[in-house]
Amino acid sequence: MLQLKDIRKTFGQNEVLKGVNFAVYKGEVVVILGPSGSGKSTLLRTMNFLEVPSSGDMFLEGESMLYREQNGNKIKRDPKEWNQFRMEIGMVFQGFHLFPHMTVLENIIEGPVHVRKQAKEEAITYGESLLKKVGLSDKRDAHPFSLSGGQQQRVAIARSLAMRPKIVLFDEPTSALDPELVGEVLSVMKELKEEGLTMVVVTHEMGFAQDAADRIVFMDDGNIIHEAPPEQFFGKNQPDRVQKFLQRYEGGNRL
Amino acid sequence: MSELIKDVKMFFPALLEGAWLTIELTVISLILALIVGLFIGLGRISRNRIIYRICSIYVSIIRGTPLLVQLVYVYFVFPDLGIELTPFQAGIIGLSINESAYLAEIFRAGIKSVPKGQTEAAQSLGMNYSLAMRRIILPQAIRNALPPIGNSAIILLKNSSLAAVITVGELMHQGEIIAAATFKNMEIFTMVAIMYWILHYPISLLVDYLEKRGDHQHASAERH
Ligand SMILES: Nc1ncnc2c1ncn2[C@@H]1O[C@H](COP(=O)(O)OP(=O)(O)OP(=O)(O)O)[C@@H](O)[C@H]1O
Ligand SMILES: [Mg+2]
Repeated sequence: MLQLKDIRKTFGQNEVLKGVNFAVYKGEVVVILGPSGSGKSTLLRTMNFLEVPSSGDMFLEGESMLYREQNGNKIKRDPKEWNQFRMEIGMVFQGFHLFPHMTVLENIIEGPVHVRKQAKEEAITYGESLLKKVGLSDKRDAHPFSLSGGQQQRVAIARSLAMRPKIVLFDEPTSALDPELVGEVLSVMKELKEEGLTMVVVTHEMGFAQDAADRIVFMDDGNIIHEAPPEQFFGKNQPDRVQKFLQRYEGGNRL
Repeated sequence: MSELIKDVKMFFPALLEGAWLTIELTVISLILALIVGLFIGLGRISRNRIIYRICSIYVSIIRGTPLLVQLVYVYFVFPDLGIELTPFQAGIIGLSINESAYLAEIFRAGIKSVPKGQTEAAQSLGMNYSLAMRRIILPQAIRNALPPIGNSAIILLKNSSLAAVITVGELMHQGEIIAAATFKNMEIFTMVAIMYWILHYPISLLVDYLEKRGDHQHASAERH
């Protein structure tokens, strides 16, 4: 589905991604773990052009996202062409970033109506069904500032799903939430997994990683240094860096 | 006392006529300046270096020279360039240009005050720059900019009195004419001052309201 090849990213002198190779398959849930500053967010944001890779290439269903062919030559795509890929790749942020000047439903239909040029009625019908899915039908006409953090994040998830993306990327979707609101967001995400949505999730919620991930990817210092299914990842005989990282979470303590 | 009431009654119609012209000058200049200012403000955040430079130079020149000089320049120099203008037209152009530079900076600040996450959320839906600007950033930016725009409109209202110098028959100019003819400086200029204050008052109330509304929304947005 989505494949990254030798992705590097430097900010000034600082190389943050050091040649990452990564792939997600259709219907798969990949959780990215790793210590703070290891480049998890940067990697995720790269997949949506919120950061532009310094080198390497990315492929969505086999099509290069960074280059196009012209007369047999590889030409860098114009930033305007990025949008065709962004439409297919949803993003859910730690800070929700709902549009405050719009109601909940308006937030959700904004992309379908103005980017996908879908008929408004159609977008509303689908938007309402998404609201039902995230359990917020009664908040249809509310404004984001009147919602709790957990509700805002569920709306943000519905907003990204409204574009009918092929993949949704989550960057620490529950890190900004009060502990008692984390569960409602994670349970929506688990439901989406059941429905077969392809997801890449950066999180510090080990419980979610254990229950919902098909595969766990561990990043350290700008590289993916280990990959394993959850049973194995949380089991014995894992690399030292992974074990050290996991020790900090034992007993439910977060870093 | 009755003498005073008689004077007030006598001068009021002419001053009122001037006040209408003051309102016209202010409203028309404000509308033109909002349009021009928005584009200059967008130019000031443009990544296109040429557009950015041109808009920056415009703002610098306008903010770096006195309004009085600008008005006189439009009225007396434009005809030399083949552009004949009535005093009223020259007043509108001078005030609009001057105000547009200040509004441009207000718009720019308003756009910058919209959190980066809003742009990123818009981009991640696949919106291009102009769509994201129109649908997501500007509505919030303009909302943030309303109180300072109101304050700037109050300054514009008062600055419009400088158009008296190029013989626009607005409130200040009417006052000067009557004062020159009657020597009743105190009565007339007190009336002029009071009338400016009355004209500014509704805008001032509006600004207070907009500021309170803004604070209130911030408070409820930050509750979480
Ligand atoms: N826009 C930027 N400019 C400069 N440096 C940046 C930028 N964004 C990230 N970095 C740097 O890149 C490194 C990786 O950051 P990143 O946010 O990807 O880490 P992370 O794994 O998501 O960490 P966390 O768990 O704290 O979110 C950090 O050292 C950070 O300082
Ligand atoms: Mg991060």
